[in-house]
Parts: sequence; C-alpha cells; structure tokens
Amino acid sequence: MKTKGKTRRIAVTGWQDRVMYAFTDTMLVIIFIIIAYPLIYVLSSSFSSGPAVSAGRVVLWPVDFTLNGYRIVFSYKSVWTGFANSLFYTVAGATFDLLLTVLAAYPLSRPDFKGRKFYTTLFLITMLFSAGLIPKYILMVNLRLTNTRWALILAGAFSTYRTVVMRTFFKVNIPGELFDSAKIDGCSEFRCLTKIVLPLSHAIIAVTAMFAAVANWNTYFTAIIYLRKPELLPLQVVLREVLVAQNVDLTQITDAETLAMMTGSADVMKFSLIVVTTVPIVIIYPFIQKYFQKGVMIGSVKG
Amino acid sequence: MRKSTALIKEGTLVPAGKRRRGGAVWKNIKKNWQLHLMILVPVTYVLIFYYGPMYGIQIAFRNFTPRKGIWGSDWVGWQHFVDFFTYHDFKTILLNTLAISAYSLFAGFPVPIILALMMHVTRRNTLRKIVQNTSYIPHFISVVVMVGILFQVFNPITGLYGSLYRMLGGTGYPSDIRLNAGSFRHLYVWSGIWQEMGWSTIIYVAALSNVSPELHEAAMIDGAQRWQRVRHVDLPAILPTVAIRLILRCGSILSVGYVKVLLMQNSLNISVSEVISTYVYTYGLGNMKFSYGTAIGLFDSVVNLILLLSVNRLVKWLSGNEMNML
Repeated sequence: MKTKGKTRRIAVTGWQDRVMYAFTDTMLVIIFIIIAYPLIYVLSSSFSSGPAVSAGRVVLWPVDFTLNGYRIVFSYKSVWTGFANSLFYTVAGATFDLLLTVLAAYPLSRPDFKGRKFYTTLFLITMLFSAGLIPKYILMVNLRLTNTRWALILAGAFSTYRTVVMRTFFKVNIPGELFDSAKIDGCSEFRCLTKIVLPLSHAIIAVTAMFAAVANWNTYFTAIIYLRKPELLPLQVVLREVLVAQNVDLTQITDAETLAMMTGSADVMKFSLIVVTTVPIVIIYPFIQKYFQKGVMIGSVKG
Repeated sequence: MRKSTALIKEGTLVPAGKRRRGGAVWKNIKKNWQLHLMILVPVTYVLIFYYGPMYGIQIAFRNFTPRKGIWGSDWVGWQHFVDFFTYHDFKTILLNTLAISAYSLFAGFPVPIILALMMHVTRRNTLRKIVQNTSYIPHFISVVVMVGILFQVFNPITGLYGSLYRMLGGTGYPSDIRLNAGSFRHLYVWSGIWQEMGWSTIIYVAALSNVSPELHEAAMIDGAQRWQRVRHVDLPAILPTVAIRLILRCGSILSVGYVKVLLMQNSLNISVSEVISTYVYTYGLGNMKFSYGTAIGLFDSVVNLILLLSVNRLVKWLSGNEMNML
C-alpha cells in the first residue's frame, strides 16, 4: 500500500481523474450496500415481531423490537443439542486438523529432510484425485465410524492446501541457522518444533486453526451422510431442517407459553436461528482478521 | 557446518558405487527418524482416509452388495458406465453441470478483479477498509445459512423481495422465484458471487500492492490520468495472476459443489438443477446403487484429473516453468 501515500501528495488536477475517483467511490459504496444489506436485513428481522416479519414489513431496521424469535429458538431442544455438538466437533476437529497439519508441514519445511518429495507427492495426489463419495462411505461403514462422533472429526480432517501454506510459512519465516545452532546444542526435532518453530508462527497457527474451525462449524454434508442419530447432529443440520425444509417441528417445544407465542412467529424464528448459527464465527472474526492477507497469500509464494 | 560433515560421510566413508538404493533409504530414515516419525501421523491418516477409499473404487466394475463385500461381489466390467452414458437424462445432467459451472465462471470471475482494482484506486482509506472487511464476511457463512438467507430474502410474501415489489408499486405478491426452474441458475450463481467476491479479491489486492510506486510516478510525470494508470500499470501487474486463476478455474469446470445445489433442489427445478455430483448422491447413495454411483464418481474424478493436469501443464508452459501449481 506504499503507492497510496506517494500519490496523495500530488494534487489531482484533471477532471478525468476527479470523475474516475468519484465513480470508484460511488461503486464501492454500492457494493458495500449490496453485501451488507442482506446481512442487516437478516439481523433486523431476527429482532422483529412475528406479525411484522410475516407481513413483510421489515425493510431495514427491526419493526416492533422484541426478542421473541430468540426465545423460541432457545426453547427448541434440538437447537441446544445441535449447538453443543457443533461446539464439540469444532474444537475437537480443529485441534486434530491442526495437529496433522503441523506434523506434516514441519518436516516438509526442512530443506535437509530427504523424502520430502515422496511425502509431498503423497499429499498432493489427494488434491487431484478422490475416490468419490461412495467408496468413502463404504470405508466409513467398514471402519464402524458411521453414527459416531468420530465420523465428523475424522472424515474431513487434513487439507493439503493448508499444509502447503504452513510449510511455506515455516520455510520463509524461520531462518535455517536457528536449527543448526539448536542441533549443535543437542535439541531434538520435537523440541525444535515446540520451542523454536511454533512460538515464531502465531500468525499461521491462528489462520490455520480458524480455517479448520470454520470448516468444522459449517460442516453439513458429512453429517447428513454419516450420522442418523438425532442426538449427534450438529447445528447446521438442525438449521437446515427448520429453514430449507420450511418445517417447524412443534413437538420440539416443551413449554406451553412458548408454543402460544410460536403461532405466527415461524418466520422470525428462522431469522433468529440463522443469526445464532452464524454468531460464533462472527465473534472470532475480528481477532483473526489481521492475519487473513498473510495467511492466504503465503501459500501462493512458490516454496 | 552440517552440510560439510554430511558430504565427508557420503563421499569418503561409503563408496558411492557400492551403495544400494534400499540401503540409502534406510540410512536416511535412521538419520532423520524423528522427522519421519512426525510425518507418519498425517501420512497414516491420509493413507486410511484418502487412499483407503481408492481400494473401493473397484466396485465400479462389480455388482456390489453389502453382504458379499467389496472383494466378493461379482465382476460386471464396464456395465455401470454404459448404463450411465445411455441413461436418458445423461445429456441433461452433463449439460446442467457444464452450464452452472460456465455461468459461475464467466459471471463470477471478473467481479473480484474489478472490485480489487476499485479498492486499489480509491483514496479514501476508511471506505476501502470498510468495504474490504465487510466483503470478507459472507465467505465464512455456511452453505445452509446461505441458502436459508437466500430463501428468506426471496420469499414472495414475507421476504425482502416481496416487500420491495410492493414498495415499487406492485400489487399482491410476486411469483415465487425460489421454485422456478428458470431462475435456479441465476440464484445459484449470483448468491455465490455475493458470497465470494470479497474473499477472492485478496490475491489481486496483494498483487496490486506489489506494484512498484516508481511505475506510477513515472506514469504521472508522463501525464497519465488515473484511468490510464489503471490500464497501463495496474492491469498488466495483475495479469499473470488473472491468467493463472482463470486457467485453474477451467480445470474444475466439471465439479460443481453439490451441497448448495442439493439444498436448493426441488421437484420443480430438478430439470436444471440435477448435476453429476447430486445424481451420485441421490441415486448412488440414496437408492443404495453403490456400484453405479461409484462408476459415475470415478468418471467424474478421472475427467477432473485430466482437466487439472492439462491445465497445470498449460500454466507451467505459460509462465516458463516459474509457476507450478502442483
């Protein structure tokens, strides 16, 4: 972004430039509105009253502000189990994924590690060719993993792409001399990893963990293939049942008072559930945001 | 230091000619056993969960029944492939896949480039920051939520679509475009663009920030306007990135993400929304036609592999071996 500071010092003279800047700024504002408006609309609707949403009266801000939508959502039993399940799958899945990524990326980042080529090829093939949905399903059935929590943690872990990104980060950011001196001091590889590499790699660890966590939190398809038991389902599946199937199961609501409130509030509830499902991601977003550029870009540097 | 001792070892202690290959591998494992041990964990995982299913591919040529298992089922040769290619909707499914893919590519590819250029041009740093950070958000929304938002927004009675229709003077309710076969592709593609346009700018923004300021200064001294600088400085700077991204996208033209399609599919739009991957899911897995589904999946994977490899060769050739995606 160095360009910016330098160009600003030179005053804009031509009218063409002024038109150009005015046009870009207007377009950017329009794009901002296009992206932000649906998000604001969903948020506002979730805080509006049932009749206002059903009549289509919400346009920008909440109409007849109320928390009824959220009250209904949280009285829904499967939302609670779904939320807890999703939290578990996200933490366990991301931890496992991160562990695999680090253990693959660190050896591959060492220039003196012979066998690098062999292992890299082994990982890259998975990016190019997949056996397909059904052979994987049969494998999971044969391993007795279907209908267990392990299915969600194991089926989607490890991404070659993230491994390559992390390997490149290690390679670029950690000077080889550090290893040499550590080796002379009698440091084992495992200590090198935990005492030298990881403390120097907060950015990439944060980004990898976040991508793995988001992927796990958003998992839907793996769950509908491998899980049948309702008590194992993640929030995304519950959400889908409510949302896309346009199907609200009244037996899920235990409280009579909420049931009465429920009438005419089916639409608000959908909006509230969308917000509840998305909030955990939005919460971690600002913390990791500063690493985005770094984390994504490093992988495209040829290592 | 380390390197020189290794050289002495290899050069003097063991005559190179006498060493057998197997011995060298074993020596390497002994020397770097800690690294090998570390990588063994992800390798084991990948072998089981990525290479494991490859063993099951053979059922594409068999008549798999769970009772007989993979190894015990009878061979049928290319029967399932023939069945798929002669299936009366084969052409429709293939064309649907290509149409959705090509539409996404042509409509969606230029958007992030233009957005990145605009964010680069504007001198309002706050505006740039706001647009950038907002436009990343949709990328993190799950497919289910995305389709949920789409269906709520386009609900003709309660949604934004219906409200705006009435605000602009329409009477009653507009027709339900969520169910309409004609609007399926537009909804699918444009919601995808909405979701990914911000995130896809990252790579271009980075390429643009690498442009040397001297180029801009020289152009300004020569009297170039901002627009001319975009054309002659910024655009050429990101062109290699653009070309590579474009070629790579073409490599995955036959793979349409099926989760979103499945979520948006209904009995009214099935004629345009059935793609190869959804067909594998509904018929192969849903109707327990495991061998048939595996055969279609294999066809899909092989075509994708060929496309990706050829595309990679093209990129390699174009960039003079500088860039190798594999």
